[in-house]
Amino acid sequence: MREIDVKEIIPIVKKLCIDSNFYIGKDVISKIKEFKTKEESPIAINVLNILLKNYELAEKENMPICQDTGVAVCFVELGQNIHLVGGDFTEAINEGVRQGYKEGYLRKSMVDDPVIKRINTKDNTPAIIYTEIVPGDKLKITVAPKGGGSENMSEVKMMKPADGITGVMDFVVDRVARSGGNPCPPIVVGVGLGGNFEQSALLAKRSLLRSLTEKNPDQKWAEVEAEILKRINDLGIGPQGLGGRTTALGVHILSKPCHIASMPVAVNIQCHAARHKSAII
Amino acid sequence: MEMDLTTPLKTDDLKDLKIGDQVFITGTIYTARDTAHKRLVELLANGDKIPFDPQGQIIYYVGPAPAPPGRPIGSAGPTTSYRMDPYAPELLDAGIKAMIGKGPRDQSVIDSMIKNKAVYLAAVGGAAVVIANSIKESKIIAYEDLGPEAIREMKVENFPCIVANDIYGNDIYRTEVEKYKR
Repeated sequence: MREIDVKEIIPIVKKLCIDSNFYIGKDVISKIKEFKTKEESPIAINVLNILLKNYELAEKENMPICQDTGVAVCFVELGQNIHLVGGDFTEAINEGVRQGYKEGYLRKSMVDDPVIKRINTKDNTPAIIYTEIVPGDKLKITVAPKGGGSENMSEVKMMKPADGITGVMDFVVDRVARSGGNPCPPIVVGVGLGGNFEQSALLAKRSLLRSLTEKNPDQKWAEVEAEILKRINDLGIGPQGLGGRTTALGVHILSKPCHIASMPVAVNIQCHAARHKSAII
Repeated sequence: MEMDLTTPLKTDDLKDLKIGDQVFITGTIYTARDTAHKRLVELLANGDKIPFDPQGQIIYYVGPAPAPPGRPIGSAGPTTSYRMDPYAPELLDAGIKAMIGKGPRDQSVIDSMIKNKAVYLAAVGGAAVVIANSIKESKIIAYEDLGPEAIREMKVENFPCIVANDIYGNDIYRTEVEKYKR
């Protein structure tokens, strides 16, 4: 049994919050450059150039890529041979978020009550934490700050099994079409298939952690992703919805078994600032 | 076409703008987003004054990141505009001449822009450092309790935007998207 003091986690989460907001992944930059060579709209090319310049400035000036530094979504993979000691694990993650958002001058975007009061918690907590128990004695933490604009364009639909793959593709494309320029295209489209109502949404979110330069390991889903991506980029929405051929940089599918009566489909839309950083303890 | 705009704006400054034009704004602009809009429109409905003179002014939909030491403001890109659609016509009626945000507007807002000879300018969402570098001063003038949603008065120089709706009812989100649809 390996012991980890939860206090060790605080500075790690803090750094992940700051780094993920300042430094975009190389996969996003290489995809935008790749799409730029195929882009036909002069306005779109101008917008893509501004985005590339912005990533560069954010890194150089240690500023968040986007002012919406998001909800701190944390994915934890906890090795089953680890014994966490020294305090409350959830509170340690929240403390890391608190310190990261303060010291990184990141925006605090959480309100305490979602409907009636909506008072800002002023430290961006609570984080949204998903913990998975895995074999081994390592602890992996991924922080994926998620902005409100793209999250608002996401949707779960409980489809009929008879809707089939055509129904799934139509729903995903339609969800993107209805979003237009709102979620800050070029977007990444996370698709969760199967499980149940809430698991499909989590699959969609988790799929966004895959690198944009990595193919889906399942050939069947890789083909579906490519077809959906083509249809999305044929919508003409373009960067920022100002028209063009670059609406999505990638479509990522994750699937799980589901009930004989169900076919849950979740679409989680991610803006071009597809931010996530991981650390292994 | 590229154009420089200096605030406050007059109809004359806007009559030659066409959708797709790149504009650079210099002068004073005011920030407001969701809750601030609700409060502003409540004041107008009661016949009260809002915290700044709206005549010829620009409202920027933004909730900036906090200012790091030595800078007037943190990252400050636009937020999505449709959430302000229910309030925008009242503010245009009160004298606002331009709105800066991202994403398409409702027909009711477009109609109000035609009526009031106002424009909607798209800033690039996520280009928050590029935009922050054009903001030279920033101070909170109202609703400090709202944190990032407070109303700020900003002095800007060459703030970059693209004309998304002109005073004639043209809409970039319809016409440009149609061109690239397959």
